[in-house]
Amino acid sequence: MMPVPLQHFLFFAAALFVIGVYGALVRRNIIGILLSIELIVNAVNVNLVAFSRSTSLAPETGQIFALFIIAMAAAAVAVGLAIVLALFRIRKTIFTDQIDLLKG
Amino acid sequence: MGISLIAGVATVTLPNIFHATLSLVAALLGIAGIYLILHAEFLAVIQVLLYVGAVVTLIIFAIMLTEGISNKTIAQRNKLGPAAVGGAVVFLAALWGVIRSTPWPIQGGTSENSYATLASLAGSLLGDYIFPFEVISVILIAVLIGAIVIAKKDSV
Repeated sequence: MMPVPLQHFLFFAAALFVIGVYGALVRRNIIGILLSIELIVNAVNVNLVAFSRSTSLAPETGQIFALFIIAMAAAAVAVGLAIVLALFRIRKTIFTDQIDLLKG
Repeated sequence: MGISLIAGVATVTLPNIFHATLSLVAALLGIAGIYLILHAEFLAVIQVLLYVGAVVTLIIFAIMLTEGISNKTIAQRNKLGPAAVGGAVVFLAALWGVIRSTPWPIQGGTSENSYATLASLAGSLLGDYIFPFEVISVILIAVLIGAIVIAKKDSV
């Protein structure tokens, strides 16, 4: 099988990252922002695995980094959704522009 | 790759947050396929198990608990749309220029013995990377307790 060049993976990951950044900027819903952050994290993981394939280092390194990042992303989502639930119970909204408790 | 990108765009643009979550599933499955192309089979399985299995289920639970999924009349985006599109396109163009102009090394890992097998992955996870492995287990315990405490009924 013809190996796919590294640049294709890099460009794919860059595009996915940019899509995630756009989503994190324009969403009003906190859960939507969390979804966009998942896209960003996955783009970074694709980059790590692609680099670990194409360089001459030990091929496990990038995959182990990606594993740790997946675990950290799962932890972040768990805490984020717990905060969303607590916030919804107090403020009855999950839209970021209506959460202005600290605005003077 | 194309499937993942289309599903990613759908994830950030669909007005219904539940549909957005389902398209995130499609994007994550496409990324699992990319891991398979890159000969990272263990990561592909972990991606399906952890993301598609656990994280998406958690997000769907949160959607069900916070808002009715039927109210489509509320605007899902703020007024940053054009500025965000412009910034994203500029950033992507900059990254594209960097990727094209950098002389990446020629594929070094194409020979058969340079694939990361499951055994070598486990060996280095419990060998060289044993300290981060232990730290992340402590972090997961802390996250478990913290999420329960934050989301508890009578907290705050």
